Amino acid sequence: MNYSPFLRGVLVVARKDMRIYYRKAPVYIFGLLLPTFLFFAFFVGRQLDIPKYFPGFLAMSLFFTSSSVGPIIVPWEKQAGTFERLLSLPVSVTTIILGDMLAGALFGLLISTIIGVLGIALLGLSVTNVLLLAVLFVLGNVCFAAMGELISSTGGRTPSNVMMLSALVRFPLIFISGVFVSLSEMSGVGVIVAYFSPLTYLVDGLDASMAQSSVIPWAVDILVLLLFTVLFAFGTRKLLRRNLMKGL
Amino acid sequence: MKAEAIVAEGLTKRFGNLVAVDDVNLQVHEGEVFGYLGPNGAGKTTTIRMLTGIIEPDAGSVIIGGIDLIRHPLQAKMKLGCIPEVGNVYQDLSAWENLDLMGRFYGLTRRERETRSQELLSALGLAERSHDYVRTFSKGMRQRVSIACAVIHKPPILFLDEPTEGLDVHSKRIIVDLVKKMNSEGSTVLLTTHNIEDASRLCQRVCIINKGRIIAVEAPEKLRQAYEGIQTVEVAFDRRIDLSSFSSEHVYRAEAYGDKWRFYTDDTDEAIKRIVRVGEEHRLRILSIATVGPSLEDVFVRLTEGAR
Repeated sequence: MNYSPFLRGVLVVARKDMRIYYRKAPVYIFGLLLPTFLFFAFFVGRQLDIPKYFPGFLAMSLFFTSSSVGPIIVPWEKQAGTFERLLSLPVSVTTIILGDMLAGALFGLLISTIIGVLGIALLGLSVTNVLLLAVLFVLGNVCFAAMGELISSTGGRTPSNVMMLSALVRFPLIFISGVFVSLSEMSGVGVIVAYFSPLTYLVDGLDASMAQSSVIPWAVDILVLLLFTVLFAFGTRKLLRRNLMKGL
Repeated sequence: MKAEAIVAEGLTKRFGNLVAVDDVNLQVHEGEVFGYLGPNGAGKTTTIRMLTGIIEPDAGSVIIGGIDLIRHPLQAKMKLGCIPEVGNVYQDLSAWENLDLMGRFYGLTRRERETRSQELLSALGLAERSHDYVRTFSKGMRQRVSIACAVIHKPPILFLDEPTEGLDVHSKRIIVDLVKKMNSEGSTVLLTTHNIEDASRLCQRVCIINKGRIIAVEAPEKLRQAYEGIQTVEVAFDRRIDLSSFSSEHVYRAEAYGDKWRFYTDDTDEAIKRIVRVGEEHRLRILSIATVGPSLEDVFVRLTEGAR
């Protein structure tokens, strides 16, 4: 093992998270069941133009899955009393955040890739820009995993409370981000609000990669998602360090 | 002159207006077992958390095995093993998986992890349960797994925060034996404990902290000798009596001790005369009487009086 202790720490934290937290019920409930129910509620049984709405549904699934792991890790560790031990190991707060983000992003990437590939194959949809789709898949998963981490670093040590907060943040976002009403059809305050949601840029970018009507240049979508990722990661670091004693 | 394994200078931590640790200076020699004693809320755990890099001090420096912990936390942490006060292991993993995970954090190879895990689980009496989930373990067994996780990489410096608190005699003995073994193999050990007997038995030097400040650092025996003035007269009477009758200029404290009474004094002659006199006044029969030198506990109580 020649890689540095920092990189090793990130990978081992991610491995630990995958081994322990991928099996937790809230991850399945909030990461898989919820978007499935939303899909049935909004897309099934209605005369919808599926190719038009598929990028939005894909973005919603990706958003829910990648942001479902992060919120439970830190509170769960604090409640179980393992967080203090983790901090005593050769890791830093940054290592822990990046490891948790990696675990969340990989979970989202796995599930959203399955949904994406199956959806595209079964519905016979065309992908006009595969590279853009791949970049958005990776970036979107990392961005929303970081958002999940930010929610978890607010200081709570009861996983159910943090999951509730997580639902409170995530639900409104899917209604303002062009998932159910595309950005091109929005007007007035709706558009302004949509621009504040990171999910908007993923939906719009996926639209662009699948030959649907995108409003924002895809390079801007990528740039804004990157900015949100950095913002979430730095916000998490600041909050987690400030709330460190609450978890010990 | 011995090299220092742990050096802390001017260590300070504040929580709002409360100064939890106030300008603490510590030097722990290589190969030493060093006890860190103090009443609840004295600042022991906060000090350990700063020494192990769990929290950052507001002021001061920490050198672990020659490495600045604040500037190079990851490298310094590689040199230490720690059992934090609230340092549970992962209950959703087996004992074996917990050790494997900790070994990965320290960069051990697969072969090293396997060999060391086998060694430790056998030494700690957990070999037969090594693949069971930790959530099915008793508190003592979990603490043994916790100890194993802390020493998987054979750290030269070991921090133990109340390692035997609330454990059964069997688990306590296994843990104490492992600590002794690690120390005999060269590891430096810093342990906090409420158990004065453990400290007296294990530690070459003890440090007493009170209200965030260090008030004494000395070998247990030297501390006892320094407080030779604290003598105890242990008396058994034929019946119980109100202890306030015995208080005098030279008997500053009296308490029940099993079926006996203990009178703390700085003048045994005056104290014995007083006890005999009061005993005669109350027609008490003295069944036994003995003088006892100060224990480390007496020194601890004397030094930390007023803390609670």
